[in-house]
Amino acid sequence: MRKQSIMPRLRRLFTVRNLVIGIPMIWLFALAAAPLLLVLNISLAHMEVTSVSSLWHWADNELTLKFNFGNYLYLGEDSLYFDTYVSSLKFAALTTLYCLIVGYPFAYFISRAPEHLRTMLLMLVMLPFWTSFLLRIYAWKALLADNGVVNNGLMGLGVIASPIHMMHTSFSLTIGMVYAYLPFMVLPLYATLVKLDGRMLEAAADLGASPFKTFWLVTVPLTKRGIIAGSLLVFIPAFGEYVIPELLGGPRTLMIARVLWDEFFSNNDWPMASAVTIVMILLILVPMALFNRYNDETRLGEKS
Amino acid sequence: MASVTATTDREVLLKIDGVSKIFDGVVKAVDNVSLSVKKGEIFALVGSSGCGKSTLLRMLAGFETPTSGRIYLSGQDITDLTPYERPVNMMFQSYALFPHLNVWDNVAFGLRRDGLKGAELAERVDAMLSLVQLSKYGKRKPHQLSGGQQQRVALARSLAKRPTLLLLDEPLGALDKKLRETTQLELVNIIEQVGVTCVLVTHDQEEAMTMASHIAVMDEGYFLQVGTPDEIYETPNSRFVAGFVGNVNIFEGKVDEDEPDHITVICPECTHYVGHGITGTSGMRVAVALRPEKIQLSSVQPNKNHNWCAGEVVEIAYLGPHTTYHLKLKTGMVLKVQQPNLTRKMADDLTWGDHVFAHWTRDAMVVLTE
Ligand SMILES: Nc1ncnc2c1ncn2[C@@H]1O[C@H](COP(=O)(O)OP(=O)(O)OP(=O)(O)O)[C@@H](O)[C@H]1O
Ligand SMILES: [Mg+2]
Repeated sequence: MRKQSIMPRLRRLFTVRNLVIGIPMIWLFALAAAPLLLVLNISLAHMEVTSVSSLWHWADNELTLKFNFGNYLYLGEDSLYFDTYVSSLKFAALTTLYCLIVGYPFAYFISRAPEHLRTMLLMLVMLPFWTSFLLRIYAWKALLADNGVVNNGLMGLGVIASPIHMMHTSFSLTIGMVYAYLPFMVLPLYATLVKLDGRMLEAAADLGASPFKTFWLVTVPLTKRGIIAGSLLVFIPAFGEYVIPELLGGPRTLMIARVLWDEFFSNNDWPMASAVTIVMILLILVPMALFNRYNDETRLGEKS
Repeated sequence: MASVTATTDREVLLKIDGVSKIFDGVVKAVDNVSLSVKKGEIFALVGSSGCGKSTLLRMLAGFETPTSGRIYLSGQDITDLTPYERPVNMMFQSYALFPHLNVWDNVAFGLRRDGLKGAELAERVDAMLSLVQLSKYGKRKPHQLSGGQQQRVALARSLAKRPTLLLLDEPLGALDKKLRETTQLELVNIIEQVGVTCVLVTHDQEEAMTMASHIAVMDEGYFLQVGTPDEIYETPNSRFVAGFVGNVNIFEGKVDEDEPDHITVICPECTHYVGHGITGTSGMRVAVALRPEKIQLSSVQPNKNHNWCAGEVVEIAYLGPHTTYHLKLKTGMVLKVQQPNLTRKMADDLTWGDHVFAHWTRDAMVVLTE
């Protein structure tokens, strides 16, 4: 009896439906979950010269599990890590805020532009993606350097007498970050703004709301999803950004990705680097989870 | 149904003076329209799609600026005021309720802009919600309401600020026919209870007749006729108005006798003896409009020289309270006749192919010169 029922069961397992769902699941597991587990594994191990210690040990019919929480504890002990996390969060948050401040009017303007112009304006937003990212960041170096375009221009005009030091400061870092991530803010904002029902704004005006009040009480709440999506799209990669701080940031600009790099490649301490990574991921998961909850709550409301 | 005489001696609240709106320099949406609306009356704008009803209404709300002409409210020129400065509120075509606010906050939105707070605000909002019988629904979001309930929230929101003038753009457009009919009367009741002056836009002439005390029939940005519902229905001033408001049979003909108290019009179908005079001359081409319900049918030939014709029944539409017959006349014209069903359906009733005589009285029709 038992034996017979295995074949149909197997057949049921390999339906088209399961395959369609299964392939992306396997993909996600192989390329996201498995590496993450590996990192988690390494973070709980010791460094043994060139390799990483094993977490489990089988001897004399005994399975011994050895988790090393030392790396995590060290993260708390050395204030460098804490400071770096805070500094990274601060830069990511500032980048997000500036992107929002610059991106919102941007997206608003595009969504209100005549329909035939909108596609072109969106293309212009995405245009930078067509050239190499590194090239664009290097271009900022040329712009902001002491004898760069901006300083030369200002001195030529007589606005300043000696060059302003901009390169390798948090100023140049922030400019580079905002510049690089702005499109990620503009696109989701545009998507919600363009769907905004013009009659909502008319209704608000009709009920006595000034344009400013209408913006705060109607436009912003109704585009909240775009604001949140755009902010996450900027915040998450900005938090772990390596290239921009490396090229534009100051020598003492603390960014977590640089610490990671040092742990991996200078100190060769993989478990430590992995622990840094795991904590970093946890820090990112919190806003993600909040966003998901908000999404679920508002999905019903968006239907009408 | 608002009575007509009650509003005739009231003061004028809204005055539209020669207002035009031209879009993009070419589209004449509203063309030199003038109008007075008295305090407390419900005024309906009717007309076919694209005739400029919404555009006129939006100029009253302040969403569009007239290309020329002025708009006065209580004697004050409001043409250049922004929407949020006008004591005018609008109920939008598909309600435009704020989806992120619950019913209570939707209604409170306008009052809060006036700086109302606390107990006073709550009192006004609660009074509005009970007026539209939605007191229990304050916490709901708009998408959790039925179409009829949303419509009542929209009404409550637009009435909450006690506007001088209430604008309604197709207020019942999203409701099904049955709900529309009950809601029309409900809406009129609420509006009369509050006593607010209304301008109502609809493309449904029956709705206009039920709700309004005065109606303007629009076509291509013009006002063709302005009057009470019975004036518009019984004495339309043009073929368009006669055809737009209700069903009508139009006979084309020539004036023969032209006396102050009557005229006769000779048409290919029959001769009309009309019991009113016209400003015209003998020999002039005119149209005689005759409503289907003002015609009688009989099986014997009427004993008179005019106001009857013979035809064959080609179509019967039984509608319950009455039946509509289509008679084919000898000229090929199809005459619509509506008969009340005074008795239950009988076996010897008219049927397809029957030859009958249609006749009517001298006061049944109206002569149209336009
Ligand atoms: N913003 C605009 N720009 C250009 N033309 C417009 C604009 N708004 C309306 N029109 C034109 O003006 C005319 C009148 O439009 P309106 O919306 O007032 O019609 P309506 O009588 O309300 O029709 P409906 O019953 O279909 O709502 C139409 O020809 C329309 O195409
Ligand atoms: Mg309209």
